[in-house]
Amino acid sequence: MLEIKDLTVEVGGRTVLKDINLTVMSGYTAVLFGPNGSGKSTLLASIMGFSNYNIVGGQIIFNGVDVTEKPLHERARLGIGMMMQRPPNITGVELGRLVEAAGRNQVNVEEMADPLDMVRFLQRDVNVGFSGGELKRSELLQLKAQDPCLLLLDEPESGVDLESIKRVGQTIREILEKDSCPAEKTAEKSALVITHTGEILNYLEADRAYVMCNGTIVCSGTPRELLSEISRRGYEECIKCRLRRS
Amino acid sequence: MQASKELRKRAEEALEKKASFGEDIALDEYEDAPRDLAGAESLKDLEEDVQETMFDAGVIPTAEGRSGSFLMMDNSMVHTSMLGPGVELMPLSKALEEHAWARDYSWKMVPVDADKYTAKSYLENADGYFIRALAGQKVQLPVQTCLMMNKQNVSQYVHNVIIVEEGASLEVVTGCTTGKGVERAIHLGISEIYIKEGGSLSFSMIHNWAEQIGVRPRTMISIAKDGTFVNNYVVLKPVKSVQSFPTARLEGEGAVAKFNSIAIAHPGSTLDLGSRAILSAPNTGAEIISRTITTGGTMYARGHLVGDAPNIKAHLECKGLILNEGGAQIAIPELEARVPDVEMTHEAAVGKIAQDQVEYLMARGLDEEQAVGMIVRGFLEGGIKGLPQNLKDEIDKAVSQTDIGGM
Repeated sequence: MLEIKDLTVEVGGRTVLKDINLTVMSGYTAVLFGPNGSGKSTLLASIMGFSNYNIVGGQIIFNGVDVTEKPLHERARLGIGMMMQRPPNITGVELGRLVEAAGRNQVNVEEMADPLDMVRFLQRDVNVGFSGGELKRSELLQLKAQDPCLLLLDEPESGVDLESIKRVGQTIREILEKDSCPAEKTAEKSALVITHTGEILNYLEADRAYVMCNGTIVCSGTPRELLSEISRRGYEECIKCRLRRS
Repeated sequence: MQASKELRKRAEEALEKKASFGEDIALDEYEDAPRDLAGAESLKDLEEDVQETMFDAGVIPTAEGRSGSFLMMDNSMVHTSMLGPGVELMPLSKALEEHAWARDYSWKMVPVDADKYTAKSYLENADGYFIRALAGQKVQLPVQTCLMMNKQNVSQYVHNVIIVEEGASLEVVTGCTTGKGVERAIHLGISEIYIKEGGSLSFSMIHNWAEQIGVRPRTMISIAKDGTFVNNYVVLKPVKSVQSFPTARLEGEGAVAKFNSIAIAHPGSTLDLGSRAILSAPNTGAEIISRTITTGGTMYARGHLVGDAPNIKAHLECKGLILNEGGAQIAIPELEARVPDVEMTHEAAVGKIAQDQVEYLMARGLDEEQAVGMIVRGFLEGGIKGLPQNLKDEIDKAVSQTDIGGM
């Protein structure tokens, strides 16, 4: 599904990711752990193709297609979708209009918004004045309409109360389990998730986890094992882990 | 419309008087537009391309959903029809013949010697529409009027009067446009609007001109106690030069005025658009909002609020986007307070479309052009509450036809 080879990324002339290698298999969910500023969000944004993130080396292969040089919207149309942590406000653009466009005018927007309790937000400007939980639900509603094959989820549970985490988790699972990839009928959907607390893992079956430190992947393992290790010893272990690897 | 000697003298003396703003137009380069075009029983009787032109300016030839229709083509009064009760609609010249009191509303607010354009309009006996909503009448459907120039190289002189009597409410939709093949002409338009106690007027105007057209509207509005005036002005197509600065005088306690302007300055266009509200009675309120875009033309967004009575509240907001190289956005907001107890604010912002917004939409699968289009539409429509659907449709159409890809 997703294969990242020796990826090096600069932001504002500074190297933020260095020689990242990572694979997410079709039908699998991978988790990214790491301290603040370690480069997790940069990795997701680079896979999506945002222009602030300058890929200076390596490749991003998605479903066998090299998307490293492809513009953002082409990646989206190939089936990559992202739930952003801090999406921008867009004054004047109604959320419903964006959801309809994300669903390529093929979706019933109200029906889709109802289980997320977002019907009353459809006439509101995108993200303007939304609370933390509303932002997450707005992102999920857009993703649901987009129905991507690979979900890039940047801290889906941050700033959300416990009850809402459940709804967020269930919705992500629904998207993952609904049909196969729209573009690649044979492939099952996959996800790459950033989490600090691991709360979201109560609702998602994650298969593999990676720890990022200082722009590189320093260890990998099963999500539960790595999470309990991080909760016990913090990210200091990253360094040791890296030393052991090298 | 017999010109009194004194007014005539003042007008004659002002024939060379340049306007405070806008490029000076040489009036003698244009001939008078015909005053003797044949009338039409129905707008549907007009030639198809004329009907299409009207429709593009928001005027419905079948008059469906309208309580009355009026068409002035060149300097001829071509069509007037009323379908609903509660409103009088006729050419101003006829109103002045029929009602002796109508004189009290003609050339009473706009000075004949304000500038050369008002002077010329006066001396040419400019005619136009006269609309009067009768006292207490809530007119359900809008009255539509169309001012069209259908001949090359002419001057159209327009003089309109709208009266909303006590407790009446009225909506007027006006489309100003040029016939097919008319590239160069000038339109001088005087409008005097009177809203009496408790009256309410919603006035929407679409300007749909051609590339070499000069436009100089001169508009004054008087609003009495508890009266409401909402003005929606939309100019989205290329035009050579528009300069207007309508002024609302809030003369009675509790009066409210709102000016909303939506404009696109295309390459070669200079749009000098302002709105002014003079709040001279206590507890009055005014709001001036403009959303403007340049794709290569020059855009002046002016606003002037004058607080001259206690407990008034007024807000001015000019927001502009520059989408292409070569364009200019000049925002000139002015607040003038003359008594202590006023609340007056303004906000002006000029810039380009935020890249993070464009990319956010692109991450949902929209290409760059679609993303910019969605943001631009939202920018133009946003912030203006209750914008009529037909104006939203016009904005959608104009944005899809405008080159906004070069951001």
